[in-house]
Amino acid sequence: MTTINAPMPSLSHRASRWFSRNLIRIYAALAFIYLFIPVAYTFAFSFNNAGKSNLVWQGFTLENWKNPCGAPQVCEAVGNSLKIGVISTLLATILGTMIAFALGRYKFKGRTSTNLLIFLPMATPEVVLGASLLAMFLNLRVNPGFWTIVISHVMFCISFVVVTVKARIASLDPRLEQAAMDLYANEKETFRYVTLPLVMPGIAGAALLAFSLSFDDFIITNFNSGTVSTFPKFVYVSAARGIPAQANVIGSAMFFIALIIVIVGQVVSRKRKKS
Amino acid sequence: MAFLHAVSSGHSATKNVLKKRSLTPYLLLAPGLIWLITFFIIPIFSLASTSTMVRPDGAQVGVYEQKLRFANYVDAFVANQDQYLRSFFYAALATLLALAIAYPLAYAIAFKSGKYRNILLVLVIAPFFTSFLLRTIAWTQILADSGPVVSAIKVLPFIDDLFRINNTSTAVVIGLAYNFLPFMTLPLYASLERIDPRTLEAAGDLYANGLTTFRKVTLPLSMPGVVAGTLLTFIPAAGDYVNAAILGNPNTKMIGNVIESRFFAVVDYPTAAALSFTLMATILILVTLYIRKSGTDELV
Repeated sequence: MTTINAPMPSLSHRASRWFSRNLIRIYAALAFIYLFIPVAYTFAFSFNNAGKSNLVWQGFTLENWKNPCGAPQVCEAVGNSLKIGVISTLLATILGTMIAFALGRYKFKGRTSTNLLIFLPMATPEVVLGASLLAMFLNLRVNPGFWTIVISHVMFCISFVVVTVKARIASLDPRLEQAAMDLYANEKETFRYVTLPLVMPGIAGAALLAFSLSFDDFIITNFNSGTVSTFPKFVYVSAARGIPAQANVIGSAMFFIALIIVIVGQVVSRKRKKS
Repeated sequence: MAFLHAVSSGHSATKNVLKKRSLTPYLLLAPGLIWLITFFIIPIFSLASTSTMVRPDGAQVGVYEQKLRFANYVDAFVANQDQYLRSFFYAALATLLALAIAYPLAYAIAFKSGKYRNILLVLVIAPFFTSFLLRTIAWTQILADSGPVVSAIKVLPFIDDLFRINNTSTAVVIGLAYNFLPFMTLPLYASLERIDPRTLEAAGDLYANGLTTFRKVTLPLSMPGVVAGTLLTFIPAAGDYVNAAILGNPNTKMIGNVIESRFFAVVDYPTAAALSFTLMATILILVTLYIRKSGTDELV
């Protein structure tokens, strides 16, 4: 083939070499496009002059962003999700961090069964977690509502907090704590001034993860919410008759807020490392 | 725990700082573990108890009595075996698709991204920041009959006019793979990132070509990530019902859809409980077999 058109080979050869050398990068770029196309769609349709159904593009408007509570019940649902998210995150982060410290810093009997108990909720499908908790509430004649949602969210967030914080504790250099002890810090002081600040980024990351899991959860919430609405539940229920564009506004706003928090966190931790 | 190990690093360093103290660890563990026992373990038993209940004749809707009727399991399975088997089939396909997409992606981030590595990792989890329901609904727009993907495929000569993706099993599998892609990518990345580049150089020095190096060195060393990633994708995918509800049709219903409708639309708690219990048991058995087979028994 290359002998047919004489001046071409070097160019096409170079192109194909560039291609094979960057194949993996091209592939990764395509994977990122796959990841972000739905996000881009969600964002684009937040500007849709949609009226009732937001499935077809009707024209550009800023109205939805100016008036995010414009659609009925959207903001009530978001408010519930935020409240549930904050309370569940707080509880799950405290309980999970305590477990992580026990696992990362102490010898004790029952470590294997503790690990199993942490692992099992992550290995159980959400529909089973939701259905079993609802079965218990029904057997106890408890009416599902706001607090049963909080209970369920804390339950499935704890494991993720333990895993995240434990990883951070495990990556600490033990010599830093030994050095503090050598400098006559007692155990409490060492924990307060050395260990805890070092583990803090892990705890913050775990809290962020717990909040996003809670805010975005639908399946477990749907089972244990009774008549209380959350943002994902609102989206699912309205999917049948058309989702208002305000839902896209809130979804997109959450995306940018979370992205900014993560980027600021990265910049802060990098600056701390340098100084 | 393989995937816990996968996300942690340098775990052996803690061995020598583990303190021996009689009470402190138990005080730290107690509140969290009590929460998990009360709201995870006990409900599982509650579910088991509900699964053998029977509705007494003439009782109100939603009232059931314990009759230890284990035949509920047989009835539930026989009536829903299609959806049951379909769930595992779709979950397996979605897991393979996610692995095919995520492995090169994780590889590129671990070895080819240089100083952009952290930014790319943030980008992998960034889609999570938008509600997954909104993203799933966005897929219905992307794959719509008059949408960009279908229009582009219809340009091909051998595709007939009735071709569609929305409301088919293809759409459900695409949605499932999409939904759990970050769960696949992160453990893969964690295990690839730990490979010392010098081992790859050494393979090259010993005259292994790119493919042999990958097959004999990179892939085996990244196996913990593959196991963790496939589990983290397969398990939630098998129990999912949102993708089948939004992207599928009545013939693509999964077991999650049945459990949901038994609970809420039909108010048949025993059948829903029996199906949930069977689903969980099947997954635990499959996971155990898979972990045995893949030789990483560190999991628990």
